[in-house]
Amino acid sequence: MTPPSGSLLAAEELRKAYGPTMALDGAHFSIHPGEVVAVMGPSGSGKSTLLHCLAGIVPPDSGSITYNGAELATMSDAQRSALRRSEFGFVFQFGQLVPELTCVENVALPLRLNGTSRKEAERAALGWMQRLEVDDLSKKRPGEVSGGQGQRVAVARALVTGPRVLFADEPTGALDSLNGERVMELLTEAARSTNAAVVLVTHEARVAAYSDREIVVRDGKSRDMERAV
Amino acid sequence: MCTVLGMSIGHTLLGLLESGPRHGYDLKRAFDEKFGHDRPLHYGQVYSTMSRLLKNGLVEVDGIEAGGGPDRKRYAITEAGVTDVHQWLATPEKPEPYLQSVLYTKVVLALLTHRDAADILDTQRSEHLRMMRILTDRKRHGDLADQLICDHALFHLEADLRWLELTAARLDKLAQAVTR
Repeated sequence: MTPPSGSLLAAEELRKAYGPTMALDGAHFSIHPGEVVAVMGPSGSGKSTLLHCLAGIVPPDSGSITYNGAELATMSDAQRSALRRSEFGFVFQFGQLVPELTCVENVALPLRLNGTSRKEAERAALGWMQRLEVDDLSKKRPGEVSGGQGQRVAVARALVTGPRVLFADEPTGALDSLNGERVMELLTEAARSTNAAVVLVTHEARVAAYSDREIVVRDGKSRDMERAV
Repeated sequence: MCTVLGMSIGHTLLGLLESGPRHGYDLKRAFDEKFGHDRPLHYGQVYSTMSRLLKNGLVEVDGIEAGGGPDRKRYAITEAGVTDVHQWLATPEKPEPYLQSVLYTKVVLALLTHRDAADILDTQRSEHLRMMRILTDRKRHGDLADQLICDHALFHLEADLRWLELTAARLDKLAQAVTR
């Protein structure tokens, strides 16, 4: 199966085993700029492994992953790290914010690590916090904000570097319906406004309903429902 | 085709014929055993359905036992009938409440006829998500009343999807149970 032309990130025939367990067994994936793709499937189906491989966090045992036409496997560790810092953004379910830093310092952190001055990084961070409607929490520490607010701070931090791909692994898994919904609205609106692609791993249909299309992973194999019909 | 609680009796009887020719009474017995539960078919429903299928070329009379009469006919599915069942199974149902009876029928028939039941569930999930995307979008742009109305529909669709996931996870067990 060849990825559709114009794909920003694409994977073919991915295989990954953890001991005797095949986490991925010939999975495929592709996403275009500005697209939101939900990766769905039951627990243990290989969804998160697929996300980790696509993001260059875990190397697959075999198969190909290309970002912007370049093969991830041929990049050095330093190049992959640079890619993750500047081109990719991440939102996870739990424990992403540094508890010792204020919310604005957390959001500014990726820019600071890239060498941006504190003043400039925090100015950009506040801009994203406004878009995510959490700018009033800038001086608070993560322990002082609610789960939904903390997750919006995490989304702001993931977007502050202007990533071209945002990886979101069960981003609303720890939130109630109303907060989860607001996070998804703000996350998808923000990503669409910057033409970022979003890889959204979820087992919740209401979250997947914010995507443009879905890929189903079962027993390590993927099925692109749009390309299947 | 005639439906009971959204279930197409014609398609179900056709699907049951795929494993080999059967008499009308045999079809009724198989239907009641697999799908009838608390709503067994009447003989009249079977024969009126079979005569319609016959007229439409989806079944043919494979033999008639001595004694004549409609209940003595043995029916066989035609190629057009197999195609018709295939198309019905492959077409997702319009998401609506109480869909589980027709989906259950499709899944069981797919297993009985050695088709890919997981494929049917995946296609249906996709159709449900398509509807959920429309409702989610309407909700984003609507007022509070729109939001509440859409939420109600979304929660029902989500319940269907949970059933689809659970059934997908139990397909192996279900296959063993229905082909026993």
